[in-house]
Amino acid sequence: MALDTSEVENIAHLARLGIDPADIVEYARNLSDILAFVEQLNAVDTTGVEPLAHPLEATQRLRADEVTETVEREDFQQCAPQTEAGLYLVPKVIE
Amino acid sequence: MHTKNLTELAKGLREREFSSVEFTQACLERVGRLDEQLNCFITVTAEQALRQAHAADARIQSGEAGPLTGIPFAHKDIFCTQGVKTSCGSKMLDNFISPYDATVTQYLNEAGAVMIGKTNMDEFAMGSSNETSFYGPVKNPWDPQRVPGGSSGGSAAAVAARLVPASTGTDTGGSIRQPAALCGITGLKPTYGRVSRYGMIAFASSLDQGGPLTRSAEDAAIMLGAMAGFDARDSTSVDRPVEDYMVGLNDSLEGLKIGLPKEFFGAGLAGGVADAVTAALGEYEKLGATLVDISLPNTSLAVPTYYVVAPAECSSNLSRMDGVRFGYRASDPQDLEDLYTRSRGEGFGPEVKRRIMIGTYALSAGYYDAYYHKAQQVRRLIREDFLKAFETIDVIMGPTAPTAAFRLGEKSDAPITMYLSDIYTIAVNLAGLPGLSIPAGLTDGLPLGLQVIGNYFEEARLLNIAHRFQQVTDWHELAPQGFE
Repeated sequence: MALDTSEVENIAHLARLGIDPADIVEYARNLSDILAFVEQLNAVDTTGVEPLAHPLEATQRLRADEVTETVEREDFQQCAPQTEAGLYLVPKVIE
Repeated sequence: MHTKNLTELAKGLREREFSSVEFTQACLERVGRLDEQLNCFITVTAEQALRQAHAADARIQSGEAGPLTGIPFAHKDIFCTQGVKTSCGSKMLDNFISPYDATVTQYLNEAGAVMIGKTNMDEFAMGSSNETSFYGPVKNPWDPQRVPGGSSGGSAAAVAARLVPASTGTDTGGSIRQPAALCGITGLKPTYGRVSRYGMIAFASSLDQGGPLTRSAEDAAIMLGAMAGFDARDSTSVDRPVEDYMVGLNDSLEGLKIGLPKEFFGAGLAGGVADAVTAALGEYEKLGATLVDISLPNTSLAVPTYYVVAPAECSSNLSRMDGVRFGYRASDPQDLEDLYTRSRGEGFGPEVKRRIMIGTYALSAGYYDAYYHKAQQVRRLIREDFLKAFETIDVIMGPTAPTAAFRLGEKSDAPITMYLSDIYTIAVNLAGLPGLSIPAGLTDGLPLGLQVIGNYFEEARLLNIAHRFQQVTDWHELAPQGFE
């Protein structure tokens, strides 16, 4: 599957990933190469094979629904780019 | 001091031959003098290290020391360390001071180990050469024109150059074993779930596993004993007691059946590597093992399967890096979308972007079945190959990497060529098995590794097998010139 530049732009948009327009052609080439490489999987007959999501086939462990952590908002917000009154600030979303 | 192994160091500390503070200062001095040419460290934590060393000395005096108390180590910059920058090799987290400790960090703290600093790595552990790091490549101490391997390149080079006796790493597709091989040291990737992933910045959650890098298998056994263990905070941590990895190190290898997959010895394997692996297998025969030819027929599918599964999981994991709650934020965002797009565009390097885009594509509507579902099906076939092999043999052996260390820049423009340097290690992650790499010789003056793959939770057996080899060979004692 070869990707053209508009498809790369669309994927970058879906991933919210800013790409320098000058680099799009190279990304299109690299990503197409990688997709062509992984497409050798198509030649494998996997009829009736269950997908393997967890190497030990373990299922998610559950725990009791209890309060075990304390809120450490100040500590956690020290690494935030911009906060005010305990809130994370982002550009205005609603006018 | 820097040439001693962990057992000798612990004895020296216990018998007051030297103190932890003295040893820590010696390591810091060596890092200060030698690391400029290698670039192993992103952050050196000298003050904190000396505080930890003082505390360790007090603990040793009171007779409460464990095997790692007072021992300096280097920590891969993927493990969160409270109050210390945790960059993951990325501009995105260049300003990230972690507010909490990873479980592995906590366990090593509790053991009394002394963290000297955080080591350089491929950005978000995505790379096999350490060249994708925001902080520049690490140089291989055996030849500064060559890569140390990746992604745990700084951790491997720091141990190889005798800057520290031990370090931590993580392995998603070979990131402990391949740099261990290329730097001439010992590296162990445990069974998936053996070492907690809590606070270990996620790349591909169904593949990532932390483990030790050391000079010898005996040292790896000591490190793994401290790093492993059940952790309720990691939903995939396995609730199973940690073995004493030291107790069986000297067990006999008489009757050990070693499987040699024909697929690991085919085209693409460098002649010098093949010769050294063959010689190493000869040593095992002398130790009483028998060699059995086996086949892992789906081996060639491991790398393509990985390059669907790993990017898919990474595109999901890395969506948390959005410039809102932590990490890099682009200046003057016009709106929320601009904030996300530019923070991520400016914060991530090209290899990370490629993998996020591959993963986004593979998971997107209309393509999910063709890529992700298919890859997970093939993943099962790859795992079944191993399970079938382990019905008749005890362990699998082969080369860790197809070549010795390659030159800086040699593969950095060709992603797929780079991906193929993990051809023998990647299937082990897909199956979730434990594997280790030990030094097995030199080719043109460069080290190379023998990989040993075991069945689930057979870390103790792997360490025993590696230790017995290291008792009859001295490849693991070789130091690169200038770092003896």
